[in-house]
Amino acid sequence: VEAGTVPEPVSQPLRERLRESRAARLAARYPERSAIAVIGLLVLFMIATKGAHDVAQTGLNGLALGSVYAIGAVGLTLVYGILKLVNFAHGDFLTFGAFMAFLVNVTWGVPLVFAIFFAMAMTALLGVTFERVMWGPMRARKAGLLQLLLMSIGLAFLIRYAVQYVWGTEIRGLDVNDIATVEFLGLRIGRTEFIVIIVGFAVLIAVGLMLKFSLLGKQMRALADNLDLAETTGIDTSRVILYTWLFAGALAGLAGVLAGAVTDVRPTLGFGLLLPIFAAVILGGIGDAFGALAGGVVLGLMIEWSTLFIDFRWKTAVGFAVLIIVLVVRPQGIFGRARAI
Amino acid sequence: MSALLASHLPALTLPFAITLEPFTAVKFWTGVGILAATYTIFGLGLQLNVGFTGIVNFGQAGFMAVGAYSMGILVVKADWSFWIALPVAIMIAMAFGVIVGLPSLRLRADYFAIATIAFAEIVRFTAQNARGLAGGNQGIFGFDDQWNNVSDTINGWLESLGWSDPETLFPLFIVAWAVALILTAALYFVQRTPWGRVLRAIREDEDAVRALGKNTLAYKLQSLAISAALGAIAGFFLALNLAFLHPAEFDPLFTFIGYGVLVLGGLANYWGVAVGSIIMWTILEGSRFIDLPLTPEHVEAVRFMLVGLLLILLMAFRPQGIFGKREEMVLGE
Repeated sequence: VEAGTVPEPVSQPLRERLRESRAARLAARYPERSAIAVIGLLVLFMIATKGAHDVAQTGLNGLALGSVYAIGAVGLTLVYGILKLVNFAHGDFLTFGAFMAFLVNVTWGVPLVFAIFFAMAMTALLGVTFERVMWGPMRARKAGLLQLLLMSIGLAFLIRYAVQYVWGTEIRGLDVNDIATVEFLGLRIGRTEFIVIIVGFAVLIAVGLMLKFSLLGKQMRALADNLDLAETTGIDTSRVILYTWLFAGALAGLAGVLAGAVTDVRPTLGFGLLLPIFAAVILGGIGDAFGALAGGVVLGLMIEWSTLFIDFRWKTAVGFAVLIIVLVVRPQGIFGRARAI
Repeated sequence: MSALLASHLPALTLPFAITLEPFTAVKFWTGVGILAATYTIFGLGLQLNVGFTGIVNFGQAGFMAVGAYSMGILVVKADWSFWIALPVAIMIAMAFGVIVGLPSLRLRADYFAIATIAFAEIVRFTAQNARGLAGGNQGIFGFDDQWNNVSDTINGWLESLGWSDPETLFPLFIVAWAVALILTAALYFVQRTPWGRVLRAIREDEDAVRALGKNTLAYKLQSLAISAALGAIAGFFLALNLAFLHPAEFDPLFTFIGYGVLVLGGLANYWGVAVGSIIMWTILEGSRFIDLPLTPEHVEAVRFMLVGLLLILLMAFRPQGIFGKREEMVLGE
């Protein structure tokens, strides 16, 4: 801008012109491809400025974090999509799962593999129990949004402080080897993190395939997309709702165990993860199961890559920032097509 | 085993034995009263937003933190007078209300709830990590000298009235309740103005109000900014009560204790907020004296489990609260 000239404010016509630009139209038509293109450009920029090794190393950490977010997010987004319930207690499902695994793995001394299955089963049971005693009856009474929001908050407190009552506030850990590392291609990662990435991605792929190809998965997505329409095609909605809670609970339990394995186990574990998981859900488009899987991984990568540019103490804030920016700029999510939000 | 049982026997035979002594002490009720007044002011903001405008603000603890920390930073780090810092901190909190509301009030109610709780967590996270500005986990001290002078003067009067040894915090109790009641009355009357009626109309049917040519976003922003100001004022009383500021005092938990206060007193009823707040804090503080064979950590867990259970049961069986009107409970869709 030359001295003396006043920069033109972003006026309505300019905004319109931006919206109608070629790039914007392409982005609207191919949201997935343009999201991948943007992330690709970002990676190239980071490699150019920070070097391939650092980008790959932080990316590896990001994959461990991202798989926890993704597994936590898919259940939350399906519950939202199908029941229109923003479940603020979902984070505390993760806490519950982590402590169930702690009970089996540390208190009883059973190997972690069995503890994971126990934690998943118990958290699934927790989800179904509250569907039966709370959410189902409330839906039958046509409860309003505020009622459901505050009940989910109440449930979050109930679970968190019941856990705190039994196990106290001290910081505990699962019986994992947190010293051993794995090295390849000049990269180094903790063995536990490495296992979390493997398990996490195996589960992500399995969940993705199940949602894409199995009848139950298709029914879940159909209900999440349009409940009334799905019901008219003859889907047994109450059965699918029950399976959704089993599915969401089991995955939340698993995410809790994975998070507990790479960090520690404490009553606030899940609440600390809730907002990043919300960010992953919104990033992928709320109610969209595949979006949540991708959103979780993208968020994990972004948070770890951010440490290349800012002090690592602030990386938690990156999750919040992504949440706010996506809500403001693209509330339908980076992969979503514009809908009434 | 039998020895263990015997030691617990008195408690087992009388499971809810309560030591009544603290309930007759002035100190106990002064403490409860200050908290109840603080959360009355806090809850008035929620009432304006949720009960009368229909916007679900889950970030009230964040506005409380912005107000309290602005005051603390201006007084301690910038050497401002306490009395000038107060109105400036209120204005900063209101500005935050506008900044947060401008992009997020366009969103659907559930997205708005998530956006506001994220805002509150950003504030708390910043207070924890911006050590130079906000003191981090050490907190901020020493902002209350000028208030303490006033407090001593009030206690001097109380002594001259014949109370030989007044409670140290009693002046704060008086001022907090005076402010809480003035604000309750002010909101009660403002709600009856045309402005207040537009807010209620937005709660009932926003599209209809927009069709009448009202700028509904502007009204919702005003509602949120006023709520932020009330949050900031509650933050001042919280700060004076504790004499320090610490990020843990602004946990999202406190927003939802505020919601407990709100729904106990009843939606769409300003006078109910004070009643709800007194009930809530009598239970929360009184539960410390229930004589169960529990450690303090256990008692704390039980207190917050009770808050959770209270929210669930009220929402399930009496969503309008004690004094609320069912027909004004319209956050359906």
